[in-house]
Amino acid sequence: MKFTLSWLKDHLDTTAGLDEITSKLTALGLEVESVDNPAKGLEDFIVAHVTEAKQHPNADRLRLCTVNTGTEILQVVCGAPNAHTDMKVVLARPGVTIPITGEVLKKGSIRGVESQGMLCSARELKLGEDHEGIIELPADTAIGTPVTQVMNLDPVIEINLTPNRVDALGVRGIARDLAAAGMGKLKPLDDAPTAGKFPSPRKVKMGLPAGDAHKCPQFAGRLIRGVKNGESPRWLKDRLNAIGLRAVSVLVDITQYLTIDLGRPLHAFDDAKLSGEIGPRLAKAGETVAALNGKTYTFDETTVAIADDAAALGIGGIMGGEPSSVTEGTTSVFLESALFDPRNVGATGRKLQINTDARYAFERGVDPASAVWGIEVATRMILALCGGEPSEIVAGGTAPDHHRTIDFDPARVKSLGGVEIPASEIQGILERLGFQVSATGAAWSVTPPSWRSDVDAWQDLVEEVLRVHGYDNIPAIPMPRPPMPKSVLSPQQRQVNFARRVLAGRGLNETVTWAFLPSAQAELCRGDLPLVTLANPISSDLDAMRPSLLPNLITAAGRNAARGLSDCAIFEVGPRFEGGAPGQQVNMAATLRAGHTSARHWAGTRRPVDAMDAKADAVAILEAAGLNPIGLQTVSGAPSWYHPGLSGVLKLGNQVIATFGAVHPRTAKALDVDGPMVACEVFLERIPLPKKKTAGAARPLLKASALQPVERDFAFVVDAGVAAEAVLKAARGAERDLITDVGVFDIYQGPHLGEGRKSVAISVTLQPKDATLTDAEIEAVSRKIVAAVEKTTGGHLRA
Amino acid sequence: MANDKIEQLRSEIRGACAAAADVNALEAVRVAALGKKGSLTALMKDLGTMPPEERKAFGQQVNTLRDEATAALDAKKATLAGAELDAKLAQERMDVSLPVRPEAKGSIHPISQTMDEIAAIFGVMGFDIADGPDIEDDFHNFTALNFPPGHPAREMHDTFFLPENEKGERYLLRTHTSPVQIRTMMSQKPPIRVIIPGRTYRCDYDMTHTPMFHQVELLVIDTETNMSHLRGCLQEFVRTYFGVDDLTTRFRPSYFPFTEPSAEMDIGCSRSGGELKIGNYGDWLEILGCGMIHPNVIKACGLDPDVYQGFAAGMGIERIAMLKYGIPDLRTFFESDLRWLRHYGFAALDVPSVTGGLSR
Repeated sequence: MKFTLSWLKDHLDTTAGLDEITSKLTALGLEVESVDNPAKGLEDFIVAHVTEAKQHPNADRLRLCTVNTGTEILQVVCGAPNAHTDMKVVLARPGVTIPITGEVLKKGSIRGVESQGMLCSARELKLGEDHEGIIELPADTAIGTPVTQVMNLDPVIEINLTPNRVDALGVRGIARDLAAAGMGKLKPLDDAPTAGKFPSPRKVKMGLPAGDAHKCPQFAGRLIRGVKNGESPRWLKDRLNAIGLRAVSVLVDITQYLTIDLGRPLHAFDDAKLSGEIGPRLAKAGETVAALNGKTYTFDETTVAIADDAAALGIGGIMGGEPSSVTEGTTSVFLESALFDPRNVGATGRKLQINTDARYAFERGVDPASAVWGIEVATRMILALCGGEPSEIVAGGTAPDHHRTIDFDPARVKSLGGVEIPASEIQGILERLGFQVSATGAAWSVTPPSWRSDVDAWQDLVEEVLRVHGYDNIPAIPMPRPPMPKSVLSPQQRQVNFARRVLAGRGLNETVTWAFLPSAQAELCRGDLPLVTLANPISSDLDAMRPSLLPNLITAAGRNAARGLSDCAIFEVGPRFEGGAPGQQVNMAATLRAGHTSARHWAGTRRPVDAMDAKADAVAILEAAGLNPIGLQTVSGAPSWYHPGLSGVLKLGNQVIATFGAVHPRTAKALDVDGPMVACEVFLERIPLPKKKTAGAARPLLKASALQPVERDFAFVVDAGVAAEAVLKAARGAERDLITDVGVFDIYQGPHLGEGRKSVAISVTLQPKDATLTDAEIEAVSRKIVAAVEKTTGGHLRA
Repeated sequence: MANDKIEQLRSEIRGACAAAADVNALEAVRVAALGKKGSLTALMKDLGTMPPEERKAFGQQVNTLRDEATAALDAKKATLAGAELDAKLAQERMDVSLPVRPEAKGSIHPISQTMDEIAAIFGVMGFDIADGPDIEDDFHNFTALNFPPGHPAREMHDTFFLPENEKGERYLLRTHTSPVQIRTMMSQKPPIRVIIPGRTYRCDYDMTHTPMFHQVELLVIDTETNMSHLRGCLQEFVRTYFGVDDLTTRFRPSYFPFTEPSAEMDIGCSRSGGELKIGNYGDWLEILGCGMIHPNVIKACGLDPDVYQGFAAGMGIERIAMLKYGIPDLRTFFESDLRWLRHYGFAALDVPSVTGGLSR
């Protein structure tokens, strides 16, 4: 919403300056977006008289001017072609800053002649693009006056209007707010009726069926004949231009002007182009209107058309039509001022994709009392600027009843708003805003004015009072808080945070990627999950909700490789979508490693990443979440986007808790990414929560033996398909009291072991508790270990 | 005569000991003196042949000599071993200016870090963390939040929709974290203090908008929290988060369908020289939207708006991270550029805490 300062002062009697007004506007919730004050920086430019302009002695294109400022006579060199004797000009004297260059003007010598100032063009003063010549002021302008007092330098203010404040869509509404906040007085609006000279030959017909009557509840009009259309007066054109509107003709400009001035959209028809009765009706499907913006719109049966007996003339509440519009030759104008249903205007505007000031206003709720006074104000303006003779007003329908009362206890201002304001001031604020207050004790009855359809509840009244009183007068009081804060994170949230920081500690960089991806990529990693697509994706590249975090991580690794960073280790914690309904998302942690474990370096220990790196990431996440990895079971059966042989799943009981492995080369290729990559995906919500301990945070007592542990190595030859985990598990279970650790220190496959066989070498740590183990005891445990492993794996001790 | 012999031997052993050039030579000296056939051992054998009156004194002298010899040999041995170690170490050299073996340095994304900072601050004020689904229904995202169907503010949300299902429901991607307000109020009894961080979605993609972004929502509901608490709470937050103890804030009236009265909060800043600085420099920067929860919202959650009241506030996580950490471009948050992740990311152990230090 844009307006100028002088325009505001048409409605507001105030002594406040521009800065005071703009900061009050923001404080009122009419946030000032920008202020364009053309007078700024021109304070030191004055009006001067060129008493003589003659040829510069040394330059063809320059003139030597004698300039009278009223207090002194100066000699100024000027290059403008329009500089001539006896003209009033804008003079810059040495020391002033020229707006366009930002440089300070100095006394100088041009082609050997001293110049004691500069005569300015509009462009040099940033008042326009005109650089053809210097500004020529009217001959009667007083010399020596600051130009800011003689030129039309009206500051333009733009405010950001919140959608609830339809009353502030008009300059008058803004003035009313400022007056309520003590920035002067609201001037009265002259909307007294003008008596009709004759009955309107054009009648109104309310053509909406009963069920749709609310879509245009009131339609008022008036014929004014004998008008003279033409160019608008200077002041009107200046105001419209200042706020970025194009002046068309005075009749059109009056409707444009009043839309901004009073927030009251109006339309002017050329009455000679109408036939029969005029009014709202539902459009017929396929009916078209050539609108004022040059486009033709096709309606459906929900559109409210303004029509006469012959055709649809315009789109109700949005835009008029070209064929019935006023032109230079119009002598008889039919003025329309109507009310439209906000929802229907909004729906029609969206459907037809038209944004106009009228739509904006009607969609948010134009003052329901304004249809008739809108006609009256417009009549006065037309009679004043175009002459003519008005008919009586013709109207159909009635304004919807806006009358309502709100029960209000003024103590609510303190209890909800947190600021103490005397009851008299509360009442004063409401009344200055146009509310009627019937105040008796704590039970007030407040009636909002017709133009405040946004005010319904006592909370709205508190806001009105606070807004005018000033939000900045609300004290900042810290919230009462518990003497000692408790843990803010739930156990699940702590698990996730630990997982995230453990992965970062393992050298992975956390990333955040879109929750959506191309559906072709979703297909690669969705398994049995449904494909969840968006109805209105931002692009076809982001049209499906991700069923897995991996495609985004894989393509991210690809982009990094393209930048020369082929060693990439990244992770993300976030949702995967298992369906398209609320609650069908699962929180995942996923890692992706590509390239090598480290950069090349002198110690030479770098190697390509492999599936076990991914497993290590998965186990690290689970351990961080408080899970004992001993209880995990590793089995095959990772989803199809993993390499079938170089992958696995981690299970806790029957539940898959993580998947890991090398990315399937086909998946990588489909994502257009090269090279071996390994990944893991962990189902964070499936990790059991740590058990609540009865002893609080206390750990079980450490029983550290004083006796030396004994380490014994065994190598078993087993089928190549036997899982190392099975060997370890059997060994560990052979003598639980004594065995504290089991590890694999070698895996060997060779011809002499036989086809399909491998050797698994394990080291077992025995920790005696009461006495050093004798050779016989060690021998006995060793036999148990061998027997247990041989029994469960079908292998034998390697000779 | 016996004394002469001892003195001679003493001087011989001393000489040999001093002359021994290495451990082997020294061992030969030891054997020659103290070995089975050594000179001192031979003297001890002489003892038996001596008259008893001389034997005692001579025996003492031999023993003294043997102790002396042992001590001299040990001392010499230590000297030689030290010299040998020095000689050996003199051969062992490495270029310690080599770079250390590479260790991958991981990082935490600025969004996670900022969420942790926010949780740390509001945790002190007694808030819990709540969350809710990214895919929402119309009721929770709009209707319950006082956006009636057809309301123009709905359009301003640029909502992503899922296709209509067989039951005629059309789910959507939540456009703000506010639906979790509704879920929280419907599932918990006041008093409630929660923060709700999470992913949010709007169909908008340009210099300053991404189709997915993160918000954190505040919700307080009880019977006495009023607008001065809202202001106090947010002021404490911005001062702590930005680390400016006396940061000034400005409250402006605004409009959100789900709050009444509604406000926007600005913080002091400077934009001079094209550089944005947070602090009391006279200029203002909009930082968040907030307000007292709208009576219709309280009603929609089954509570009486004449009894219960409270506030809600929401801010963009990327935005406040950008402001604090000087990150210039929103879109880079989601590009997974390793250079960016490493540059703007945070160390694993850099866990924010109000008492232990919020940020380095």
